[in-house]
This record gives sequence, C-alpha cells and structure tokens, in this order.
Amino acid sequence: MYRISNFIGKRSNWSLPYAVFLIIFVALPLVLIMGYAFVNEGGGFTFSNITRFFGDSDALSTFAVSIEIALETTAICLLLGYPVAWLLANSKFNGSSVTIIIFILPMWINALMRTLATADLFNMLGITLGKGTLLFGMVYDYLPFMIYPIYNVLRRMDPSYAEAAQDLGAKPLTVFANVTLPLSLPGITSGIMMVFMPTVSTFAISEFLTNNKIKLFGTIIQENINSSMWNYGAALSFIMLIIIGLTTLLTGSQEEDSSAQGGLI
Amino acid sequence: MKKLLARLYLGLILLLLYAPLIFIAVSSFTESKVLGNWTGFSTKLYSNLFSGGMQGSGLMNAVYNTLIIALIAAFISTLLGTLAAIGIFHSRGRLKNATMFLNNIPMVNPDVITGVSLFLLFVFLGVSQGYVSVVLAHITFCTPYVVLNVLPKLHQMNAKTYEAALDLGATPGQALRKVLIPQLMPGMVTGFILAFTMSLDDFAVTFFTRGTVGLETLSTFIYTDARKGGLTPELRPLMTIIFIVVFVLLVVVNIRQERAAKKKASLK
Repeated sequence: MYRISNFIGKRSNWSLPYAVFLIIFVALPLVLIMGYAFVNEGGGFTFSNITRFFGDSDALSTFAVSIEIALETTAICLLLGYPVAWLLANSKFNGSSVTIIIFILPMWINALMRTLATADLFNMLGITLGKGTLLFGMVYDYLPFMIYPIYNVLRRMDPSYAEAAQDLGAKPLTVFANVTLPLSLPGITSGIMMVFMPTVSTFAISEFLTNNKIKLFGTIIQENINSSMWNYGAALSFIMLIIIGLTTLLTGSQEEDSSAQGGLI
Repeated sequence: MKKLLARLYLGLILLLLYAPLIFIAVSSFTESKVLGNWTGFSTKLYSNLFSGGMQGSGLMNAVYNTLIIALIAAFISTLLGTLAAIGIFHSRGRLKNATMFLNNIPMVNPDVITGVSLFLLFVFLGVSQGYVSVVLAHITFCTPYVVLNVLPKLHQMNAKTYEAALDLGATPGQALRKVLIPQLMPGMVTGFILAFTMSLDDFAVTFFTRGTVGLETLSTFIYTDARKGGLTPELRPLMTIIFIVVFVLLVVVNIRQERAAKKKASLK
C-alpha cells in the first residue's frame, strides 16, 4: 500500500497514463501504417504496394496535382495573409488585440459546410466549378492558418529594431525587407506548414469545389481504404507521411518555438 | 490615406472570409430548397429545427451524436491532458522529450493520416468501430491541446504550494483537488473549449473510425447529404446557430486569456 501511494505521490509519474495512451493511439497506429504498407494480402513482406504507386498513372498524376494545388494555395495565402497579419500587428492601423479573432474565427466553423456554401455561392454567381474555384475555396479555407502565426510573431517583435533602422536612414521598404521580414520568418514558416500540410492532404473538399473534376491525393487514400484495399491505402498514406515529415524537417526548427507559445489561439 | 487603404484591404479580406458564412446565415431565413434561391423571408427552417419537424431525417440524431461525442472527448481529454501536463512538467530528460514529441504528432499530422492510422489500429486490435472508436480517436487529437494549455499555467504557479499541502497532511489526491486544480483551472477550461470545438468540427477522423454501424455526426451527415445532391435546408439555420455559439465561445476564451495576461503583467 505504501509503495502505491509513494508512486502516485511522485508527480512525474502522473504523465504515465497519457504516455501509455500515446504509445497505443499515436505511435502504434503510425507503425501500423508502415506495417500494412510493406505487407501483401497474404501477410508477407513486400515492396509491391509502394512500387504499385509509381506504376499507377492515375495516382501519380493525382499526387502531382495535389502538390501543385497545395503549393499554389500556400503561395496565395502567404501573399494575401502577410499584409493582413502586418496591418493587424501594427498599432497604427489596429489598436485592439481582439480584431485578430474575427480573422481566425471562420476556421472553427465546419469546413465541409463552408466549402459547400462556397461552391453554392459560385453556382449562384454563374461561375463554373474548376481549378479556379478549387484554389479560391482552399485559400478561403486556410487563409486564417497563415494569418495567425505571422501575426503572432509580428506582434511580439520588438519595434525598436525597425525604429533603429529608420533612425539610421533606411527607407520604409528597406526597413521592411531587411529587418521586419527576416525577423518574421518563424511565423512565415509555421504559416506555410499550417497551410501546406492540410491542403496537400484534404479529401472531399476538392470534389465539392470542382464538381468531381479534380481529385486530390487524400481522396485516393480514402477510396482505397473504403474499398478495403488496406495495404495499398496504407502505402499511399506512408508516402503522404514522408511528404509531411519532409515539410516538418524543412520548417521544423522554428515550429517548436511557436508551439511552446501555446500554438493555436 | 494610408489608413483608408489599410482598412479597405482588411475589409476586403474579411468579406472574402465571411461571404460563405453570411450566405448561409441569410439563406437560413428563406424556405427555398436550393441554397441561393430567395423565396421570401421566413423562419420556417428555424421552427422546423426546434419543433421536431426534422424527425426521421437523421439530422437531429447527428447533432445529438456530435454533441455527446464532443462532450465526452473534451471531458476525458481535459482529465488526461491535465494529469499529463503535471507529470510532464515534473519530469525531465528522455521521458519528457518523448512524451512531448508524441504529444505534438496528432497536431501536425493531417486528419487523413490520423484517421487512416487509427482505422488500421482498430482493425488490428479487433475493436469494433462505432461510438467507442470515434470517442477514442477524438481524445487522441484533442488531448495535445489540453496539455499545451495547462503547461503554461504550471510554469506560472508556485510549485511549492503542492508540497506545502502535502507537508500539512493532505493526501496527493486532496492536494491535487484543493491546491493544484484551482490554479490550473483557467488552462483546463481553455483546453476543454478548444477540445470541444476541435471535436465538433472534425470530419476526416470520424469518417475513418466510425465503422459501418451507421453512426452519423454532423460532419458525416453533411458529407452524405451533399453526395446525395442538395443539402437538407434545415442545416442552414443549424449552421447559423453553431456559428454564433462558436463565436461566443472563442470570444470568451480570448477575453479570459487577455485578462490572464494582464494579471500576469501587473504582477511583474
């Protein structure tokens, strides 16, 4: 009895239930993706699921389209979102710290419903659904994820750096390019990650926004899993995981910083 | 002049972000079956929603499931995440790093991957998929947010108060309930609200882990409905109401955090 209460009394042990939970529900599932990806129907080790992807022209072109759409969405979000974040973080243009909530609020509303409303809005305006509407809808869905991290970094930035540059005679544009922009890089990278990762992997959204004309990679994964092609579905998920892993590695060092600050909201 | 341009730009982006939401809200006040057709002002969709006129469509059932799942998942996540945060705060080295690393994975992982991986887990473990698997899956992606909201509170509080309680004869349980939890409460409430909204909004993870027993949440209902062609009109007033509720919740969360930050600043 004494030993049990001693064990509970040690607070570092209190994370053990969660540690066990994480192993079962986070680590093991990822191992299973790899397990299923490298196993054939009979249970033997194989590379055939992976090689099948490289011979599957349908999946390959969907993969390329997904990467392309995700890159374009991310670029548009950055171009549109950076000025918003900059203006909102600048006390000259915005005195209240609550304004930002209005900009990030839509991301908490059911994404499917918003997407369907966007598609209907296009229909009503007589715009044909296609790549243009897909990009618009994706930008619309993910713009808040770009604005928020950049805003956070800009908001916390010490204004004296920019002032110093100005006092030393730099023009506003030079100040921005040489001081503000480099200092806001952590926000930009985490914004890029938060837009790129979900856009490269969405499913259902693109079908609704393009009237089934453009299919994205997430949908292929879903179709395979739903038609019980678990091994191939797992292999495709594995490929997606590699993309995500690479993106995290490329932007990773700065991301830790923003999660330490509490991440989203 | 500059200010005007700035306002104009911000206003334009806001319009872009809100156009579909306003579109839904406006068309919730007309009876038309097709979204975008205005057939005169009417509150019939609202009264249908509340007078039980939706029985049999499965919509109210989906709403009920969504709320129950979100409440259970948020509640368990808050308990699990708070305990975990206390443990992580007091541990060091490899165990701490490993826990934090795993804790971050569900937040970076795309929904599809989380969904597929948990689907494979339930298949592998032979867990029949339905309510239980969906709740477990939601706890998986909700708890990290609780941990990240409680940890800063632990950094802020005086760690000695817990030991003082023990020295004065409290059991660890009592010290937890009477000393730790009251101080961690703000972080726990924020974590709970975040977990609740995350669960409410989820589509992909639910989609993969709900199995074939016909469990529908609001998201899967909308998905099925849209695939059939044409959304149930009563979704419009429902979404409008959800939008207002989420708005209020988020404003409350942010005002709480603002206040906490001010308090912290005034203490310094």
